[in-house]
Amino acid sequence: MHELSQLLLTLIVFLSLYLLGSSSLTGCVNILALQGMCLGILPLAIHERGFHSRTFVLAAGMFVLKGFVIPRVLLYAIREVKIRREINPLVGYTSSLLLGALLIGVSFIIAERLPVPAGLRTGLLIPVSLATMMMGMLMMISRIKALTQVIGYLVFENGIYLFGLSIAYEIPWLIELGVLLDVFVAVFVMGIVINHIARAFDSISTEKLTSLSD
Amino acid sequence: METLTSAVSFALLVLFAPHLMLGVIAKTKAAVAGRKGPPVLQTLYDVVKLLGKGAVYSTTTTWIFRLGPVVSLSAALAAAVLAPLGGPSLVAFEGDAVLFAYLFGLGRFVTVMAALDTGSSFEGMGASREVAFSSLAEPALILSFAGLAYRAGSLCLERMFSIHVGPSAVASTILALGSLFIVLLAENSRIPVDDPNTHLELTMIHEVMVLDHGGPDLAFILQGAGLKLVLMSSLLVRLVIGDLPFVGAAGAMALGLFLVAVAIGLVESSMARLRLVRVPQLLVAAICASAFGLILVLR
Amino acid sequence: MTIYLLLLGAPLVAGLIALLIDRDEIRPWFLPAACAIHSYAVVACWVRLPEPAVSGWFRIDAIALLVLTLASALFLVCSVYCLEYLRLRRGRDNRLFTACLAFILSAVSLVCVSRHMGLLWVGMEAATLAAAPLVHFNHNEKSIEATWKYLMMGSLGIGLALLGTFFLALAVLPYTGPGDPLMIDVLLARAGMLSVPWLKGAFIFLLVGYGTKMGLAPMHSWKPDTYGEAPGVAGAILAGVITSCAFLGVLRAFQICAAAGLADFARGLLVLMGLLSMAVAAAFIIGQRDFKRMLAYSSVEHMGILALGVGLGPAGSFAALLHLLNNGLTKGVLFLTAGNIHRAFGGKTMDHAHGALRRVPISATLFLLGFVAITGSPPFAPFISEFSILRSAVDGGRFGVAFGFVGLLAVIFIGMATTVLSVVYGTPNDQPQGPVQGDFPFMLMAPLALMSAVVFFGVWLPEGLTAVLGEAARLLNGVRP
Repeated sequence: MHELSQLLLTLIVFLSLYLLGSSSLTGCVNILALQGMCLGILPLAIHERGFHSRTFVLAAGMFVLKGFVIPRVLLYAIREVKIRREINPLVGYTSSLLLGALLIGVSFIIAERLPVPAGLRTGLLIPVSLATMMMGMLMMISRIKALTQVIGYLVFENGIYLFGLSIAYEIPWLIELGVLLDVFVAVFVMGIVINHIARAFDSISTEKLTSLSD
Repeated sequence: METLTSAVSFALLVLFAPHLMLGVIAKTKAAVAGRKGPPVLQTLYDVVKLLGKGAVYSTTTTWIFRLGPVVSLSAALAAAVLAPLGGPSLVAFEGDAVLFAYLFGLGRFVTVMAALDTGSSFEGMGASREVAFSSLAEPALILSFAGLAYRAGSLCLERMFSIHVGPSAVASTILALGSLFIVLLAENSRIPVDDPNTHLELTMIHEVMVLDHGGPDLAFILQGAGLKLVLMSSLLVRLVIGDLPFVGAAGAMALGLFLVAVAIGLVESSMARLRLVRVPQLLVAAICASAFGLILVLR
Repeated sequence: MTIYLLLLGAPLVAGLIALLIDRDEIRPWFLPAACAIHSYAVVACWVRLPEPAVSGWFRIDAIALLVLTLASALFLVCSVYCLEYLRLRRGRDNRLFTACLAFILSAVSLVCVSRHMGLLWVGMEAATLAAAPLVHFNHNEKSIEATWKYLMMGSLGIGLALLGTFFLALAVLPYTGPGDPLMIDVLLARAGMLSVPWLKGAFIFLLVGYGTKMGLAPMHSWKPDTYGEAPGVAGAILAGVITSCAFLGVLRAFQICAAAGLADFARGLLVLMGLLSMAVAAAFIIGQRDFKRMLAYSSVEHMGILALGVGLGPAGSFAALLHLLNNGLTKGVLFLTAGNIHRAFGGKTMDHAHGALRRVPISATLFLLGFVAITGSPPFAPFISEFSILRSAVDGGRFGVAFGFVGLLAVIFIGMATTVLSVVYGTPNDQPQGPVQGDFPFMLMAPLALMSAVVFFGVWLPEGLTAVLGEAARLLNGVRP
């Protein structure tokens, strides 16, 4: 189980890194789906106190939601978009990858310094969560296409969820459901807005969204 | 008697294993494409044929050009002496991993020098691409070596590249494997870094560096390159397969080399060569993988 | 328990019904109905605070009561406004608009009554998402842009707030007692034993996260676009209710820090962000040609004042909580009348809108009075609260802060005055740019009611209100309930 959780966490952080270097919109959505599936399996792998049925339910829910439903919503949002590539992000692809690698290193250093209380589940969980959060934020602010900004937000949320997993306390299932539902509704709303953007501007590049300013 | 057997087997290995491996790769690619493909020992026939030919030397070249193929083959042979191929290596000492990496570096250096010596812009272009990619592949190699060395507690190739059990063994092994596989593809001019079968000079990287060599020089280069492939693959194999029953370590190595060759063939058949701007990103990913493996081992 | 059901359930049910009904004419009527029920429940709370419910997960304390009252009042008034407003904009499908307005009220009530920091977060995120369709009501390119920026920044901020909530949980671990570790009462009870670095980190992230939703600088950049493009009603709700709700999140974080002895650390941050917000607002209000964006910057300024007030200590907290109410009510007036003026002129910049007094006299007068009120002139309520904050700064010996406060207020007054006076006075252009819509009764009742409240509180603060404010200030600064 420990090995499985280590493998999953390694896979998650490398999927985030891959996202930083990928320019194809559909490719990004598929990678995000894969990351969501890993996140769904993870609670089962790091659970130490024996399984409750609700752990299964939550894991299954997250697996389905982040692995299938949200990617479907995103792909449906760009069904009318013709250009399926991110051409000129604010931070170039190679630089993003190098920056991502740097962020992974930084998050390991920070995690060493954090005064973590005893009973924390895996030594790898906090660094990976910090790294995923930071890479998600990098994606959110450096990409131009609206869809990749949403994907960056979802990676950011994944990182926060990972951090929540590391707390050795069972977040009430109502709250977990609430968080999951909120993320889903957020993606749903963002998908609708992306569709409107695509219809109004004939592209989802946020460079067209620059008319409002002081 | 022992020494004679091991010397003979070493010689046979060094002579034939590169060609067998290259042959298996070619056969795999042919099988995937639905063809029969060239004979398995085709590259051996090529080397023998080239040894019988004469060489033509351009008047712009100097002794460096003649030195290149010789030194690259000798470096590969010296590295073969160090490498644990199916059993203990011929020579082993603490720190031989560093020598191993640097011998390949020496081979690359003289090849690049020979390419620049011709004064041709094509070779220069190949040389610059080669060096650019190596500057990214080297850190990946060094970092994976560092992780494996820390895990094994020694810098000796034999001990580093053996099956390890312990905390985070699986994850760090997978990461080191992934990183080293990418480095192998990059250093041996395989797809997705470089297409070995291309005829277009503008798309070549390694091929174009040796464009002007002919005759015995080219034979040395081909043999050296094949040997390099075998040596790097043997390291990968040793990470995963140790001793097998019935066939022992030697048989396990043979089987492992065969599997690696098939894997390379499959990778080459399923992908196209990456755009040149994408290759650094792939190599950076390899660096990250090996760095992550190192971090995992350090914790 | 019934009170909580009324507070949370009535707007939720109204929203669901609004989603299902097909007739555009009937839909808006559910809003005032739900808001009336909600207001009735809030009044009942003023009479007697309800018992905690759901094993302590729901409880209304003094701070929550204040925010609930503001929300209820604003929603009641705006729902009446909406009746006329949506009739005027019959061309638009108002299904999402009405439903989301109702959902916002339900979510805001959830934030107020919740004693679990996680549940508070869920409510805040729900309110954020429910507000997005409101911003996009005009369905033009600019509103799409505004909605996108609002969504992106809001989501980022809310994500950081969730991280801060997790930090809070880490601060209280290992916890084996009864109740959930993220309950505010548990955190307050164990305040002495909280891990200080995690608590500091939690406060920072909660401040940044909920501060983004409030619109504190430097996380304010979404505000001008969003408030500028949203319809007036939406602006009133966003500026009056949702910002106050987000401020409640910050207040809860401050409450926990104060109980744990980190009050000075928290206050320092709050003063810093407060002054920064006021400075940024001052810088951008000067020369602002669009009067709705001007109102957005005014909102940034007042959020800064709120933070500043809390950062100045118990006396400042009292003033800040009073200012919460005053600001909300006055912003309601300003945004509703701004909406009327926008509709009358078909444009919201100084170039389009001139001489509003001629075309929509009552709205323009209210707009002018609102401007006078929000910049802190007597006899309006914000004067009382701003003056109290100034006095608490001077009493505390923080003369630099007091000087900056007054200076920035003056600059903002001048900046706003140019825009407001240009819009209100003068002669309108010959050809009206948009459909001429004078002042309609229902659409005036709302801002008139709010304005009278502002004047009322500027003249006299009832005993009950001061008692609740004092109780809230005490709770905030570390006195156990």
